[in-house]
This record gives sequence, C-alpha cells and structure tokens, in this order.
Amino acid sequence: MKVTHPHRRSEQSHGAHVVIAVVIGLLALQFFRVQVLRSENYKLQSESNRLRPVAVPAPRGTVFDRNGRIIADNVPGYAVYALPAPPDTVRATLDRLQPHLGLSDSRVEFLMTRIQRHKPLLVEVDAEMSAVAYLQEHRTEFRGVYLEMRPKRRYHGADAVSHAIGYLSEITAEELSSDRFGLAKQEYEQGMLVGKTGIERQYEERLQGHQGVRYLEVDASGRIVDSDFAGRVTDAGTPGEDVHLNLDLDLQEWIHSIFPDSARGAIVALDPADGGILALYSAPTYDPNDFVGGIDQDTWSALTADVRKPLLNRTVMGRYAPASTWKVAAAGIALDLGVVAPDEHMDEPCTGGLFYNGVYRKCWKADGHGSLDLSDAIAQSCNVYFYQLGLRIGLDNMLRRGTEIGFNSECGVDLPQELPGIFPASRQYWVDQFGYRPLEGEVLSLALGQGPNDQTPLKMAQFYLALARDGSAPPPRLIRGETTGEAWRLDLSQEAIEALREGLRRVTAPGGTAHFGTALEHFEIIGKTGTAQNSQDPDRPHAWFAGMAGRRGEAPEIVVVAIVEFGGSGSQVAAPLAAKTADFYLRKKYGIPIDSIQTYAEHVRAGRPAPWAFPR
Amino acid sequence: MMRRIERWVGDIPLVVALSVMTAFGISMIYSAGVLETPSVITQGAWMRQLVWFGIALSAFAVVSRIPIRWFEWAALPSYVVSVLLLMATLLVGTGAGTAAGVESFLDLGFISFQPAEVAKIATILMLARYLGGHPSEPTSLRSLLAPAVIVGVPMGLVVLQPDLGSALAFMGILFAVLFWAGAPPWLLLLLATPGLGLILSFSTKIWSVYILLLVGYLYVARYRLFLVESATIVLANLAAGTIAQPLWNSLAPYQQNRILVFLDPNVDPRGAGYQIIQSLVAIGSGGFSGKGFTRGSQKQLDFLPEQHTDFIFSVIGEELGFLGSMLTLALFAFVLSRVVRMAQRPEDPFAGLVIFGIFGLWLVHIFINIGMTVGLVPVTGIPLPFVSYGGTFLLMSWVAAAIAVRLAQDDL
Repeated sequence: MKVTHPHRRSEQSHGAHVVIAVVIGLLALQFFRVQVLRSENYKLQSESNRLRPVAVPAPRGTVFDRNGRIIADNVPGYAVYALPAPPDTVRATLDRLQPHLGLSDSRVEFLMTRIQRHKPLLVEVDAEMSAVAYLQEHRTEFRGVYLEMRPKRRYHGADAVSHAIGYLSEITAEELSSDRFGLAKQEYEQGMLVGKTGIERQYEERLQGHQGVRYLEVDASGRIVDSDFAGRVTDAGTPGEDVHLNLDLDLQEWIHSIFPDSARGAIVALDPADGGILALYSAPTYDPNDFVGGIDQDTWSALTADVRKPLLNRTVMGRYAPASTWKVAAAGIALDLGVVAPDEHMDEPCTGGLFYNGVYRKCWKADGHGSLDLSDAIAQSCNVYFYQLGLRIGLDNMLRRGTEIGFNSECGVDLPQELPGIFPASRQYWVDQFGYRPLEGEVLSLALGQGPNDQTPLKMAQFYLALARDGSAPPPRLIRGETTGEAWRLDLSQEAIEALREGLRRVTAPGGTAHFGTALEHFEIIGKTGTAQNSQDPDRPHAWFAGMAGRRGEAPEIVVVAIVEFGGSGSQVAAPLAAKTADFYLRKKYGIPIDSIQTYAEHVRAGRPAPWAFPR
Repeated sequence: MMRRIERWVGDIPLVVALSVMTAFGISMIYSAGVLETPSVITQGAWMRQLVWFGIALSAFAVVSRIPIRWFEWAALPSYVVSVLLLMATLLVGTGAGTAAGVESFLDLGFISFQPAEVAKIATILMLARYLGGHPSEPTSLRSLLAPAVIVGVPMGLVVLQPDLGSALAFMGILFAVLFWAGAPPWLLLLLATPGLGLILSFSTKIWSVYILLLVGYLYVARYRLFLVESATIVLANLAAGTIAQPLWNSLAPYQQNRILVFLDPNVDPRGAGYQIIQSLVAIGSGGFSGKGFTRGSQKQLDFLPEQHTDFIFSVIGEELGFLGSMLTLALFAFVLSRVVRMAQRPEDPFAGLVIFGIFGLWLVHIFINIGMTVGLVPVTGIPLPFVSYGGTFLLMSWVAAAIAVRLAQDDL
C-alpha cells in the first residue's frame, strides 16, 4: 500500500472522531436517562433490594378472670438465632453458645442438620433470661448470633384452666384457606400463632392484634446483614385487646386440687345472676404452657395417645346419659305445661313398679315409695311417679319442649368446640335411628332421663340455671359483661320453682341420700344425683350431681354440675365435689377462711365435730 | 527535560491518561471488594491488579523501545502462534474466576492467561501487515476477502469458546483497519449486511423488506460492483437468513437468554435479566453525585454480579454517580481521540493501520462493556480496558498502548 496522503488521513481521523462522539454520546445520553431522569425510581428499587420486611409479632391480649387475676399474659421471650454462614462457622457459633443455652451435644448435631443457606438458624425459641443477658452483654464475642424479642404466652392457671383458655399453635394451611382466617383477613399469614381451642380460639381476632413490620438489611442472597438485627421498625403493630372472663381462677385452681387425680370427668359452675361461667373444668387436663414456643413431639404424642383423652374438653364435648338429674327437667316441663301441680299426687302410688301396656316397669325401690308429691318424687327419685308424669306430658309435648329448651342443640357458650346434646326432636328420630315409629310409651324412658338422651355437663348446668333463676336461662358465657339475653324460658310460677328446689333440698337435707356427702357448715347446697349406666363398663356407672348453693334460706348464688366418669354413686362421688366447689366459691365471696375440711363427711372422717349437721 | 520524558514514554498525555485510568480502576476494584460479607474472589483483587500494573508498566517500557520494523516482522509468527494458542484453548482451556462458564483461559502451570487478548493484538499486526504491504486500497468486495479470513480464523475460534464479546472485538478490529486502509464506507456497510440480515431474520416480513432494499441498492450501485460480488452479497444475506434459526438453536441457553433479556430484562428477572436489572438499579440509584466511594449498597450487599471485572462500571456509576460516569467517559473519549490522532501521525501505512486497529479494539470494548451495564447493548462478557480486573487483559492493553506509542513515533 502506498503511503497515504496526510489530507486523507486527516479526513479519516475526522470520521473516527465522529464515531467516538456518537459512541460516547450514546453512552452519556443513556447515563443521563438512568442516573438523572429515572434515578428516583432506581433509588426506590435499591432500597427495596436492601431492606426486607419482617413481621413484628404483636403482643396478644391479656386474659383476666372475674377478679382481675391474670389467666394468660405475655412475657418477653427471646429467640436465639445463628446467622447464615458456612457450616464450620455455624458449628463454632453453636459450640460457643452451648454452655450458655444448655444445649446438649445431640441438640447441636440436630441443629447442624437444620442449617439453611440463607436463613438464620433458630437455635433456641425461648432462651433463659440469664443467658439472654449474658449474650447481650458479650455481644461482640457472639458475632454470628442475634436475639429476637418476641412476646410469648404465659398461662398462670396452667393445668387448672387449660380447657377453658385453650392454647396457641402455628396457623395451618387449612386454616389459612378457611373463611375465618382466609384471604379476607389479610393479617393472617404463615408462621403466625393462632388460638386452637378455648378462649384463645373463640376470641382469636380480639386477642391477636395486628403485627407490625420492621426492615432488615439483607444482601443479594437474602442474608441478613444488620449487625444487631434490630432493623428499622416502621410499624410496631397493635397489641391485641384484653379479654375479661367470668371465670374465677381461684375456683378453677381449687377444683383442680380437689378433683381426684386418676378420675375423668368435669365440673361446671355458673353464676345464676347472668349465666356467667364461674368454673369450667375438665379432667384429666394438660398444661397449655407446653404449647408455648411449639409443643415438643413427645409431649404431643403423649397427649394424643392417652386413652383418657386429656385434650377433650368434657364440659362441652363429653356427652353423657343424664340419668336421674334429668328427672328434674321432666318435672320442669310438666310444671311449665301445667299438666301437674306441685302438691299433686299421681293417680298410682308407687308399689315398686307400674304396668304400662301390659309391661311391668320397675321402680328402683322394690318396696315402693307410696304416694308422693313432686318434691318427694324428686327427692326419692321415684320412677313410678315419673312414668306417670311422662305420660301426662305426652311424647310429642316432651319432644317439642325438650327441643325448645335446647337438649338437642348447643347451649350457646362462647367456646369453639361445643357439641349439641342428643335428644329426639320428633318421632322421626326413632325412624331414622332405630327404624321404627315410636309409641307413646317411649316417654316413660325419656321422663327418667333414659333412652336417646345424652347431655353435656354444661347443658345440664344451663337447665339447673333456670331453676336457680326464675325459669329463664341465658346462654352460659365465659366472657364478662357481654350478655346475650335469655336462650329459653320455662313458664314456672314461684311456687313451682320452690317445689322443684324443695325436691332438690330433700336430697341433700338431713335424711336425704346426699346429705352426708354434701352438707356444709355455712351454706346450703341442694341438687340431684344421678347414676348413669354406660355401655363401656356396666359395673361402674358415671356419677352425676347437678344442683345449686347459697346462703341458707336465700336465693342460690352458684349453680354447679359435676360428673365423674365411672365414678359409681352420684351421691358419694360427684356430690361431694360439687359441694366443695360451691363451698369454696361462697366462702371466698363472704370472706370465710378456706378450709379443706368442708362437708359433713369430711368432718366426720377428720374427727371434727359438726353440730350443724344432722347426725347420721 | 520534556523532550527526554517524551522520548522515554512516547506520548505523555496518553500515558498519563492511561495511568490515571489504571489507578482509578485499581481503586474501584478495591471498592468492589468492600462487601458486607467479604468474598475471597474480590477481597485482595486490587493488590493483584496493582502487581499486574507494575508488570504492565515494565512491559510498556520494553515494548515502546522495540524497533518499529520488528513489529512488522513479528506479525506473522505472533499471528500463527496466537491461532495455535486459541486452538489449544479449545482443547485444554479452563474457566477462571467469574468467567468460569467460558473456557477462555490457558493454564501454563505458573500462569494462566487468555490467548484471545494476545490474539487480538496479533491479528491487528497481521491485518496491518497484509493491508500495509498491499499495492492497492481495498475498494472491491473481492479485496476484502483476505482481511476477512485473517480476522475470521481467530474470531471463529473465539466464538467456539464461546466468547461472543471477544468475537465482537475482532469485528471492531476488522472494520477499523479496513476503514483506515481506505475501504469506502458503503463497502464496509455491504460487508456488514449478512450480519444485519442475521439479526433481522427474526421476522420474515422485516427480513423480506430488507432483502428487497438490499437488492434494490445493489441494482442502483451496479456499476461499482462486479456481478459476482453482488451475487455473493445477496447469497450471503440469504444464507444468513437461512442459518439464523439453526444458529439460534446452537447458542447455549444462557446466550439466548442474554439476547432475549436485552430486549426485555423483565423476561427473566431472577435469571439472565438479573445482571442488567441489578446493574441498572446500582447505576440509577447512584443518582447525580453517587453514594460515595466504597459506599454502594448494591455492591456491598452483593447484588452486583462480576462487580470487579465486567460490571466494574456499575460500581463506578453507583458510587460516583452521574458526575463520575461522565468524567470516566470523558477520559475514555480523550484516550480514543488521542489514539486516532496518533494513527494520523506516521507516514508508514503499517504503523497507522496498527494504531487505528487498536483504536477499533478499544472502542468496541468500551462501548459494549459500558453499554451493557446501562442496558444499551446485550450482556456479553467483555472487560473494560485499563479498569476491569484481569491480569492478561491489563497487560495486553498496556502492550497495545506501547505499540501505539512506539509506532506513532515514526522514526524507524
């Protein structure tokens, strides 16, 4: 190639400078667009890249009993995390933490298997305060560690109040897709704790509050890089509402202490004033504190595998044949319908049995009770009287009125798990269940609390509540001060109510079957015992007692129902528990010192004089 | 005094500008290593680059003293050796560092380097030697054949690695040297048409219109070209259109993604689009004055990919802002302009062609590297001369500068 002319080279140089100008100009223009015109937009993106929102759990509302005692509250819990790092680093961190958190070697090995690349490793859900204090003081020595404050639930009543208060657990996928916690409720999300049973479940939305948000600085791999992990709290959240209950925690604890350890059963106590639930105890029980921070597998398996079913809330889920305690309901219905007068005697006196439609039906007392009025019939629990009472009511009336009183529906308690009682709503029930049309004679069994009739302890308490009041029954409520009006009413005169109570009084009065086991020094308890045969163990019937108590000669101040599964005799097993429950509540109410020797029987056994009781 | 320094370094403004740029690059590499979670890859990188800078300056001192003719003599041997090295790379090449996916490194035991960087310089020398020694200017399509082959061989080998970025650099060399050799712009344009046809073939309609326009132009320009040449161009374009689909299919998925993502980064925001998006966020969030040296949060939190090599400009943009970006661009513009003026100086065609070839090489590197960080061109792994981390590349950039300085002296 021949030597090019300088002029040509100059032209080419110009051309090249144009190219440089275009290329650099294009780049400059693009930088102007990105760094000047759209900078704000990219700054926002950079921030959102950098900061990751993390939920700040809101403290749950406190649950108080009727006297302001705390049933459930929160304490600051500290979770200890190990930051994401190579496994060797995490192991070194765990080794340093081990003595302070009391981690076992096997726990460390287990944690090592739980390492996720970019997520902090949860080492301890609920660290001891002393360990937390130490870690915070020596923060620089534990660089790979961060502490997160999270309120945790504390149940003061523990075992005594478990079935009423319930417990918390992580929300499940099914719950998240349910109507209650589903899409409509934005605040529920995975990993949150929700009430599973009891009050915690019933008033979940009130107690939960709204969780807040804080922002943690993260890197491209999602690793948290904040040195102290405090983050920027932009919304601290709203604590949950407090809930005040009618429950008396002292009474709950008292019941827990007197209920026989090995026994299963339930005790329910209601306030006649408004149907407020003073006590709701189911045995055996469990400790809701075990669920705090996640129940461990062993405890959970033990609870679910236990044949005694400690998780079952027998007060509202246990359905038992009400037996003789239901005779009072039959009497109430009869008085309500006006088919019998309180002082009226039945046509046939009890001679030990009664012929009906050519079948001889026995009374429990072969010698017979003779001719009785209503009060005596209740006191003696005379079958022959109640057969005739049932016939006077008639099957259809019995079914209609029984249904209206709610013996086959829920009583309306503010608990999530209540099961309705079993009681035929109409004659069709027999067709559906047993394949035959019932005859009028079915009413004979029903009047005695037998036949297709199973009730929860709380439902029976609600019926006795009506007798402790003026015949009207509000739904039993755990929550305080939110009455919902009456659920149903028996049309009873004062005289009729007195006659029914008189019947109950003669059970516990001197000479009555339950006097020895229930008579109290300061108060009067009246009620009906029941002994319910059950298919599981024919030799050991369930023992019932349903009644009410108060100052002698005054209106009842507490309704109490007790049932002990396979307890045998109602008067010997269930009645004393009910008496002791009522006595504790009333003593506390009237400032009388609590004494564990309460009933006549206990006085006798303890060798103490009981001049106020009728000698045996 | 000045004259002595002038003799020593050749072109004072250029050498000062390049030294400033390399020092700036080392400080940005240092900053790229300032991370929340330190990484072994980036932590001591600036010190290694500093060592390489020393080696590069020594190489500059030596190369800028070599008699000019030696370059001409060395052209063919170095070209042949480079091609052999590229072949060897295909057989025994290794990935390295952040470019682990591309086997572009040759490991010699004591040192591993990228033969492609050497081949670029060797190809410039070879091309300049061929065109400089040719009796006439390349004004016909036929006369472009030999230069195309000279560049095509190493370029093809580089594509096979596959290293698209370096392949584009070879294209830059070819067009720059041909332009300086006197090839008319319309001819260069025709040379580029098969490539254009390849790109446009994604839509049959657009491609058909394009072919019609091309044929129309060839008819208008029928007196400038031989019939065979026109036919070759049309055939090449048709061939490009035909092989487009198989060629697309032969691309590795990540390469296809890079092209798709360039068109719309949000196609794959977590995958291939990630680099572009994060780089844009870094540069954009730097704003007018930047977040401050070493203070880039995108960089610190490791959102930026390959932040000390190919994406070093994202760190510059984030930490030094629009001002820093403009100053850096201005510095590059100055260097490019300086090289062009150096190419203008020598009477010897070989010298001018080599210097302008180096200009073409750097221009492509600068445009594609910086352009990809702001979403102006697709992401192709190609480093920024004098700034990006990389030993061979820094060394060869300084060797290229030394050659340019030496050849510009024109004192034989």
